[in-house]
Amino acid sequence: MSTQKWDASQIAKKVINNEELFILDVRNADAFEDWKIEGHRFEYLNVPYFELLDGVEEILPKIPSNKKILVVCAKEGSSLMVAEMLSEAGRDVAYLAGGMKSWSEYLEPIKVGDLTGGGELYQFVRLGKGCLSYMVISEGEAAIIDAVRFTDVFTSFAEQKNVKIRHIFDTHLHADHISGGRHIAEATGAVYYLPPKDAEEVVFPYTPLVDGVTVQIGTSKIDVGAIYSPGHTIGSTSFVVDSKYLLTGDILFVDSIGRPDLAGLAEDWVGDLRDTLYKRYRELSGELIVLPAHFMIIDELNEDGTVAKRLGDLFVQNHGLNIHDEVEFKRVVTDQLPPQPNAYQEIRQVNMGKITPAPEEQTEMEIGPNRCAVR
Amino acid sequence: MSMKVDFQLDAKGLSCPMPIVKTKKAMADLVDGQILEVSATDKGSKADVAAWAETVGHQYIGTLENDGVLKHYIRKCTNDLIEEVTFDQTIDLEQITNRDGLILDVREEAEFAFGHIEGAKSIPISELDTRLSELDKEQEIYVICRTGKRSDMAAQKLASRGFAKVFNVLPGMTSWKGDLTKNI
Repeated sequence: MSTQKWDASQIAKKVINNEELFILDVRNADAFEDWKIEGHRFEYLNVPYFELLDGVEEILPKIPSNKKILVVCAKEGSSLMVAEMLSEAGRDVAYLAGGMKSWSEYLEPIKVGDLTGGGELYQFVRLGKGCLSYMVISEGEAAIIDAVRFTDVFTSFAEQKNVKIRHIFDTHLHADHISGGRHIAEATGAVYYLPPKDAEEVVFPYTPLVDGVTVQIGTSKIDVGAIYSPGHTIGSTSFVVDSKYLLTGDILFVDSIGRPDLAGLAEDWVGDLRDTLYKRYRELSGELIVLPAHFMIIDELNEDGTVAKRLGDLFVQNHGLNIHDEVEFKRVVTDQLPPQPNAYQEIRQVNMGKITPAPEEQTEMEIGPNRCAVR
Repeated sequence: MSMKVDFQLDAKGLSCPMPIVKTKKAMADLVDGQILEVSATDKGSKADVAAWAETVGHQYIGTLENDGVLKHYIRKCTNDLIEEVTFDQTIDLEQITNRDGLILDVREEAEFAFGHIEGAKSIPISELDTRLSELDKEQEIYVICRTGKRSDMAAQKLASRGFAKVFNVLPGMTSWKGDLTKNI
């Protein structure tokens, strides 16, 4: 039987279209436990490739013959080896080109909705890492919020849409992934904004992003307005786009809230987080659609693959917005924290411009789930 | 530093799965107790060599990293050759640091380098015959290895050469909970 090579975009379609898939993950048990390709209807078998060097006979009974089979490893080589062995044993299988590395890097642009005067808002879903970036476009101009480091994805998307990137924002100094904002700005001449309170150690020039900063995109002047909303970091800032969408950065997610400890100051920032979530956001319209900078679990995806939900609904359903006792809130967001993201301190250094690792090292730093939330 | 090993395998420049495929092949040619050094540049090989060794029962000793080259050290173990521990003068691992004698570590140099009890003297069992003059017959000697088997043989050998105050330490380094001194 044949061995097919699938790329990450094909898997992304299967996630978004809710298709069935059987994944044979041949990485180490630890790596699989920590992080895998998530799909609503995916099934998994984890057997490290080095247990299959003598043959795949033992696992054949565990691999269904009526489902599509995808073999996955870290970079590609081992999955190809195992896929070929399965294929020789008469199974129809595919392997993932570039392995989990390419899955971690893949971005799927999905339209969230239309804006006033023919504008559009796109969400770039990085399924493998749970990162969400945004592009607001209107009449030849664009703004980008929380761009990940694959700058050519954004620049070629802008080209394809025939828009010029004017403004680039980071809602905060990211700790889980490397920002592409500064580099897109350098390549396009766009203005790069960072919240100054997060940028005290930053070694490159930026435009301060403070409460009330508003830019207008296109001739219909779609507003992208900043709201200071600290708590995940001291500088964390949200955006209201076209009076319709609330981009919350890492403060509020669909099924969780931001963690206050990644810059080492959980105790200090927990009060800010409380104020942002329980006061500032309460003053906003419940009709705003919340668009976060991350998702943590696949269940947070809507049917069309976007991650978006009415603020009013989140006030009812999101556990983190419903802890009425302040002491209990403080306990939840400081005591029950999940492990910190891989290499988060080094990633912060990269985002400050202090270190510039080679692309391959950047990939290694970003491996694994994002872990910016506390549930 | 260069470590004393029995075989060296160059897997530099190879990407997964080849370092492990080659390691598996090379290990097949070693005899029990011998040490293989695998040089590799694939970063993922570190976790994989360790996990593979555990799966098949070999002893993963450790990895050194220098200038982008990883050197993995693995000792071949075949578990079907279980030898009985027969030397009757034994001492409990927990007691040895409270006594004045010499801790004699008879594991291979690489094993010793990746972690030993502070103050222990290293003489791999294969070198014991030629290095007896380094030991004092008047001193108590606590012979230790990884599990107690090699130290049992070494203790017997020392006893036959007239060392009366020799003890086999049980269990071996696998059960040591204290600090480890490394010289890597």
